[in-house]
Amino acid sequence: MIAGAAVIVLVIGTLAVVAATAGGLSALGPWDWRAVRFTLWQAALSATLSALLAVPVARALARRRFAGRGLLITLLGAPFILPVIVAIMGLIAVFGRNGLVNAALAPLGLGPVSIYGWQGVILAHVFFNLPLAVRMVLHGWQAIPAERFRLAQSLGFTPADTARHLERPMLREVLPGAWLAVFLVCLTSFAVALALGGGPRATTIELAIYQAFRFDFDMGKAATLGLIQVGLCLVALLLSRRATVTAGFGAGLDRDLPLPAPPGWRRGADTAAILLAAAFLLVPMSFVILQGAPRIPALPDAVWSAAARSVVMALISAALTLTLALALALSVAEGRSWVEAAGMLPIVASPLVLGTGLFLLLRNVASAPQMALPVTVIINAVMALPFALRILIPAARTLRADYGRLADSLGMRGMARLRLLTLPRLSGPLGFAGGLSAALAMGDLGVITLFADSRNPTLPLQLYQLMNSYRMADAAACAVVLMAISFALFWIFDKGGRLHAAL
Amino acid sequence: MLRFDRAETRLGDFALSADFSVAAGARLAVIGPSGSGKSTLLGMIAGFVPLSAGRIEWEGRDLTGTPPGARPVSILFQDQNLFPHLTVAQNVGLGLRPDLRLSPDQRQAVVEALRQVGLQDLANRRPAQLSGGQQSRVALARVALRAQPILLLDEAFAALGPALKTEMLALLRRIADRDGTTVLMVTHDPDDARAFAPETVVVMDGVAHPPMPTGALLDHPPEGLRAYLG
Repeated sequence: MIAGAAVIVLVIGTLAVVAATAGGLSALGPWDWRAVRFTLWQAALSATLSALLAVPVARALARRRFAGRGLLITLLGAPFILPVIVAIMGLIAVFGRNGLVNAALAPLGLGPVSIYGWQGVILAHVFFNLPLAVRMVLHGWQAIPAERFRLAQSLGFTPADTARHLERPMLREVLPGAWLAVFLVCLTSFAVALALGGGPRATTIELAIYQAFRFDFDMGKAATLGLIQVGLCLVALLLSRRATVTAGFGAGLDRDLPLPAPPGWRRGADTAAILLAAAFLLVPMSFVILQGAPRIPALPDAVWSAAARSVVMALISAALTLTLALALALSVAEGRSWVEAAGMLPIVASPLVLGTGLFLLLRNVASAPQMALPVTVIINAVMALPFALRILIPAARTLRADYGRLADSLGMRGMARLRLLTLPRLSGPLGFAGGLSAALAMGDLGVITLFADSRNPTLPLQLYQLMNSYRMADAAACAVVLMAISFALFWIFDKGGRLHAAL
Repeated sequence: MLRFDRAETRLGDFALSADFSVAAGARLAVIGPSGSGKSTLLGMIAGFVPLSAGRIEWEGRDLTGTPPGARPVSILFQDQNLFPHLTVAQNVGLGLRPDLRLSPDQRQAVVEALRQVGLQDLANRRPAQLSGGQQSRVALARVALRAQPILLLDEAFAALGPALKTEMLALLRRIADRDGTTVLMVTHDPDDARAFAPETVVVMDGVAHPPMPTGALLDHPPEGLRAYLG
């Protein structure tokens, strides 16, 4: 309960300061309105492309069986914890000026294509969110009871009939949710716009906040933009609540029947969809690894000290997230549902809005560079909270339903209950949530850019600085290190939690 | 003496009231149709179901407001009586100290309690490695160790076969006789009631009726109960 109140105070308090500082809409020039329009446009386009491209890929994954299918589906979850700036490195390697695509186009007398500008922003957003959309749509396909497909086969449905009676109703249910999920992510996109966008034609609101803060030092404008950002997130969230309609397939018996896999040209199309999607996701990352891995021993010491700094920050941030999330989840399980709303509050606030607010609150106490690391740790912890809660709340409810009364009747309370019941029973979900928080904090390139000078960067910021000074070989090596640490943090937490749970 | 003083609880449309006394050391069966509120009655005594009116007293002391763990009560459910991640000895030890910081004497008491139910060799196993009957005996060992004056059984042995159930009831009687425990046992099986409980509480139509002699009640059941017993 205290934790819930703390989150509310932190988020609402910061937003209140932002609101108080906001200079009114008249403070915004045509440049800023352009950023608002661009934000909406790119988010809508990224969401539409991701959702449309996800359909053939998810359909192919749902009805074909091949070696490596399970691994590919697991890999689709990886972009969630892949540091954004690392993926951008990979995309530059493939689509950049000296990249694969331009190398292939040049002999044909085409190109060069540029990755910088709006097209790069969209490309990167699709790269990150196509896997998310595929997973959501695939989930929809798997949620259709296999018995329905069996019935369809026995009635002699053609693939077109199946699409009409089974698949399209499912898509109508799933796609709006997937579209809005991607839209919401792209609405607060910062690192992608920072690295690939910029200029009048490719500036998002987050980036405009950064510019107002960092270059103009116009706090009123930064705050106004922040309020607009919060407003857009709220509207999108409200929309997503109403968007889902249930298709009403009823329950199946969970028989593991293979979906009908039509032969002929559909087989070729499915193969092509899977190969293209896999290539789009894997080639950039493989390229970074191949370029960067051999250079790792030659990395300057500054990279390693930035790595150590980032690991410590990620661990503190994850510890904060877990403490808050566990307190909130246990409280929700006891029936205080307002606490859940409190924990989900960070969704409406973007990191840069919170960062601006905290700066306004603390600017008489500390200087911007002094604030950089603590504020980054706190904001990363708060931003990971909704994800951690989504994992922990169901687990905490089950725990209470199964063992709450027994523990109450034995008088297990306080630390004894935490040590003997809660931590051991929840170690699996705690490990998973901790891994996610640590990896997200490790790879985050957001708030830190508001405050940091070049003396004590985090690893993602160090990587961004290397890219900006065109030290691409070092940057690739640094990207490999960052990616390895992020995945390792996730793996260690998750594995640790599950090992403990198995005891 | 366990006294229900116009004790009443309301959960939405559902209501249950009780107004009677039970002598210390009594053995009661609690029977009634499904959903009539047998478990609710036990929950009122154990402290899981808050009263909306009246009070429940034990030896003249009002239990209202006392948290479940601080009441003079042990309770066994149909399942989930043991923590699966703790060993047999730890599960029993929780009956002495909920934080498991046991003194050497208390450790010895745990060993003794396990010996009495014939499980001294399985002290370091986890519940999943035991049979259903063995799990019930671990739970009974904890009940014996806690030695609370009131024991509530919420269909605790319903999942066991007939032979095992008879064995558990015998063990239960031994423990209850030793400590003079007051036992309330919810059961669906009239034979259990006859075998174990001289008196029976019928829960029906929102009322937990005062205890009646079990034999006479089952031989000549009132209208509603007859439909349930078949």
